[in-house]
Amino acid sequence: MTAATPDLLASVARRQSEARAPSSPVVHFDANAPLRLACQQELAPFSLAYQTYGELNAAKSNAILICHALTGDQYVASTHPITGKPGWWDGLVGPGKPVDTNRFYVICSNILGGCMGSTGPASINPKTGAPYGLSFPVITIGDMVEAQARLIDHLGIDQLFVVIGGSMGGMQVLEWASRFKDRVFAAVPIAAAAWHSSQNIAFHEVGRQAVMADPDWAGGNYYAAGKVPRNGLAVARMAAHITYLSEEALHQKFGRNLQDRSELTFSFNAEFQVESYLRHQGSTFVDRFDANSYLYITRAMDYFDLREGHGNVLANAFRGTKTRFCVVSFTSDWLYPTRESRVIVQALNAVAANVSFVEIESDKGHDAFLLDEPTFFATIRGFLNAAAVKRGLGAPPESAR
Amino acid sequence: MNAPEVFKATGEGKPPRVDHVLIAEMVEAGSRVLDVGCGDGELLQLLAETRGVDGRGVELQRDKVNACVARGLSVIQGDADRDLDNYPDQAFDYVILSLTIQATRQPKSVLENLLRIGRRAIVSFPNFGHWQVRAKLLFGGRMPVTENLPDLWYLTPNAHLCTIRDFADLCACTNAEVEQAVAFNAYGGRLPIKWSLSFQNLFGEKAVFLLRRRTPPPAA
Repeated sequence: MTAATPDLLASVARRQSEARAPSSPVVHFDANAPLRLACQQELAPFSLAYQTYGELNAAKSNAILICHALTGDQYVASTHPITGKPGWWDGLVGPGKPVDTNRFYVICSNILGGCMGSTGPASINPKTGAPYGLSFPVITIGDMVEAQARLIDHLGIDQLFVVIGGSMGGMQVLEWASRFKDRVFAAVPIAAAAWHSSQNIAFHEVGRQAVMADPDWAGGNYYAAGKVPRNGLAVARMAAHITYLSEEALHQKFGRNLQDRSELTFSFNAEFQVESYLRHQGSTFVDRFDANSYLYITRAMDYFDLREGHGNVLANAFRGTKTRFCVVSFTSDWLYPTRESRVIVQALNAVAANVSFVEIESDKGHDAFLLDEPTFFATIRGFLNAAAVKRGLGAPPESAR
Repeated sequence: MNAPEVFKATGEGKPPRVDHVLIAEMVEAGSRVLDVGCGDGELLQLLAETRGVDGRGVELQRDKVNACVARGLSVIQGDADRDLDNYPDQAFDYVILSLTIQATRQPKSVLENLLRIGRRAIVSFPNFGHWQVRAKLLFGGRMPVTENLPDLWYLTPNAHLCTIRDFADLCACTNAEVEQAVAFNAYGGRLPIKWSLSFQNLFGEKAVFLLRRRTPPPAA
């Protein structure tokens, strides 16, 4: 990449403004309430940006915390301030939808380490007045959850009705259910795993190396220069995006179709539609995501292993739980395959927990959890409605069953 | 609980299956129940509504599991042969295996697992000793196809069909103590309890056994 174009500068500025002064509400935790991180460092002050939907009831018993995935954010059911696109779980969350905001109070916060307003590597370090960059401490899924718990305290909620999330969001759900057993009435980990697999760590490492190999990354100090490791981050996203799909989905969507041409041009242009698609995915991602955040969050996922601190036995992480669980996987998800969800289910059975487990038939790969899959939606709706009755929130109106 | 009360409680117009009604009578109110091979959750729903049990289910077929969870039941997609090993000892008051044991790969180890996980086990199965089955095999010379056993031999999931006597033998050679055994005729009527096992075996189309783990004799 050579000189920055005005377009690029505008996109950098927009992203930096969302990272440091987001459009959504923010809660600040000052220096008196540091967050003790797994790496033994303390983080203070720190902020979490979040969105809420629906109304908290008087008993504060209808709150649902949604945990977002690697590149997600708090805009779960509202327009994204940078891309202008609808919320990433717009099909699932909203009035009359399976996560019904007419009945439930939905909270979604940008994770610690994120780049949409919560404290992360793109935030200004108050001690230096400069962006953290790589001086930001390496964080874990547990740290993200501890930070979220502060937000839930701040909102005055004692026990969450449901914690729900897919992929890395599902890891946070498991961490919540293990760490705060009394604060989670029901938990829905979707397309997740209790520890990150070797293969998944490997893919993440490819992504990180792509970012770091980009000269514009500049050791993580690209902010001041107004630069972005565009190429590196785009390649990371392209590689990752393949892992979110399935061979079947790619084949159906693109086959070997050529892009805007009728015959091969014997060049390295985007000849095939699938190439063009991936390039587009890469370049649009760069416009909305911070490269260092990508490094930190993938690292947090790699570190995730819920067996640690529990004698290396997953069941111990859930011992004594009263939470109602609904574990969901998808048949064509090879990134977080069904067998990894089954491991969670077996651990929950071993402690006689209340658990449902559904494998949804889909050819859409890991991404299926973000798409409108009718059986998936029916499962979530049924589980939440039954849990709501147990919670004393009553049955849903006829129209929302 | 008597049968008419159970009828009312399901509230779907369709009368519950007779073996389900009997199982509901065997189960103490408010107990913890695991239904292995729970199908679409009909029995679990009946037990929840009429006996107020804390119920869980295991079902092999994905679409049935989805239907159960969508109607608010706690059910996991799993397999009686493979997925019972993870449950702790005595985690449930009752473990139910309704018309499923004949379709398992290892009926004996499944039965032993049921008695390990539950204080009691309730097992129902189609009786291969019923006179119609015997007559079809004797006179037709082919694997019997009846209302109760509707599939052709090459399509049936039933790998281990047994008679009432066979099942009683299995109970005797495992750690299962029979507390109650009830057979039904083709019309869903219960056969008189005073009938001998041979008669039950001849006229019963289905049987339900209430079992518990035999306490081992004190070490000599």
